[in-house]
Amino acid sequence: MMKKKTRPAETVLKGLILFSALLSIVLLAVIIIYVVNRGIQNVSPSFLTTVTSARRGTKGIAGNIVNTLLIIIVSMVIAGPVGVGAAIYLNEYARPGKLVQIIEFATEVLSGIPSIIFGLFGMMFFVETLGLGYCILSGSLTLSLMVLPLITRNTQEALKTVPDGYRSGAIGLGAGKWYMIRTILIPSAMPGIITGVILAVGRIVGESAALLLTAGSAKLLPVGIFGKKGLFSKIFQSGGSLTVQLYLSATSESDFDTAFGTALVLLVIVFLINVMTKKLTSGMNRCSE
Amino acid sequence: MKGNLKKISEGAAKYIFLLFGSLAVVSVLAITFYMFVKGLPALAQVGVTDLLFGTVWKPTAAEPSYGIFYIILSSIIGTMGAVLIGVPIGLLTAVFLTDYTSGSPRGRKLSGILTAAVELLAAIPSVIYGLIGMMILNPFMYRLEKIIFADSETHQFTGGSNMISAIIVLAVMILPTVINISASSIRAVPQSLRSASLGLGATKLQTIFLVVIPAAKSGIMTGVVLGVGRALGEAMAINMVAGGAVNLPLPFNSVRFLTTQLVSEMGYSSGLHRQVLFTVGLVLYIFIVLINILLSNMKKKGE
Repeated sequence: MMKKKTRPAETVLKGLILFSALLSIVLLAVIIIYVVNRGIQNVSPSFLTTVTSARRGTKGIAGNIVNTLLIIIVSMVIAGPVGVGAAIYLNEYARPGKLVQIIEFATEVLSGIPSIIFGLFGMMFFVETLGLGYCILSGSLTLSLMVLPLITRNTQEALKTVPDGYRSGAIGLGAGKWYMIRTILIPSAMPGIITGVILAVGRIVGESAALLLTAGSAKLLPVGIFGKKGLFSKIFQSGGSLTVQLYLSATSESDFDTAFGTALVLLVIVFLINVMTKKLTSGMNRCSE
Repeated sequence: MKGNLKKISEGAAKYIFLLFGSLAVVSVLAITFYMFVKGLPALAQVGVTDLLFGTVWKPTAAEPSYGIFYIILSSIIGTMGAVLIGVPIGLLTAVFLTDYTSGSPRGRKLSGILTAAVELLAAIPSVIYGLIGMMILNPFMYRLEKIIFADSETHQFTGGSNMISAIIVLAVMILPTVINISASSIRAVPQSLRSASLGLGATKLQTIFLVVIPAAKSGIMTGVVLGVGRALGEAMAINMVAGGAVNLPLPFNSVRFLTTQLVSEMGYSSGLHRQVLFTVGLVLYIFIVLINILLSNMKKKGE
């Protein structure tokens, strides 16, 4: 009879596997608990609706929230159509060959470039060569390039799942290709496109290095919609996002109350985006089953 | 009239989509072009060896010196350190997710929680990692520093902002990448290999480490290289924890990386100093391009 041997090496290895697995969970828990614990007393209605001002004695990040929203909107207005269009070209128009390979390779390279390089390029090209200056538009243009691969790839995946019968059916009924794409393909691929857009929004919310070098760090609230200090003019003016504000608060301004308050707001946004993508992808899986 | 319009819009659509498709190519070319055009002049002006292998960084002194050797070295050592810590932990976590918990319902529940945790870790903005590092890691390092260098007369105290802090933060930040890529390549290993190994009398762990992981090697290596790319390109988080002086990358020294050099000095630099910073960007870009070429070769081999 063989007795089951105890192997000391195996016991150690088992311990290491368990330790590694628990580490990720513990790390996340520590980060969340620490940020909530330090941030919760700073996040009040006035923190979310006012701007830090020594004269008025207020402390708040409303300006940074507006800037972040503007950056998200402008970036998505640019990168959304371009990314979806690129995917449509790759999947529906192009014949497999050199050009498709080159575009797909470039898309892959683009997704491997770190954000600080995008920031450097944005600063050299949009801010200086094009003369846009440090403003929300420069930052958004830079981030558009950065999130382009995310949107293109997700749209491509979604287009691939649309059955070919839809295409030949529509063409056979006499529809033009663009008409078919507009009325059949894009609606069918919508969940995938939206997933790509939400993932892109998540990346934009968390981005800091590229924005620090292109969008500036102003934290004032726009006044009104039109006019010199209005929401639309703000696009051409300096504006610090939530992440940039967190960075400045924690370093040069040494204002850790604002830093942790901002960190908590960011964590909540990131968490919501995560839940949303999960809901969307699980819904998509159910459809395809 | 209406038919014509339709024809025009059909034709235009194709070319507009082509234009959108080629934008990725144009961007990559433009980025490469700008990196070289802006990065090369300082190399000529300062001299290739003086700039790349000089060890003194005094850009604002009366007699300025622009050596970025320690900066390059810090980036390499920091990245290597992060990979050395992050990859084993990531790989073992991937093993836990794929092969270890498949048996029991409790294990499956735990691996569900772990998957969600890893997803969230990947989504947390880097400035938050930096902030937590500043509040937890740096004070701890400072306490260690005070004990280790209590009798040293030459050590410059950093308050805990040092290389080790940066390496730990980087290791945590590459974890999700390593875990996800390793897990999916381990999952792709055919079940028959596992059954054959178990059938021959190997234990579960022997099967995992002697059969499954070697079979998933190329996928795991892809994850490692992606992790290297992420660590090399990370800027904000380590800028907050690594201190602000250009030094030899020793564990308890305050250090500057290629990325943090750009973040912290771009704002106020001018003239030649600024041009040298563009060269720092170029060096980083060349590293990243090399990693990308390596990755695409690995993928071709995998196919």
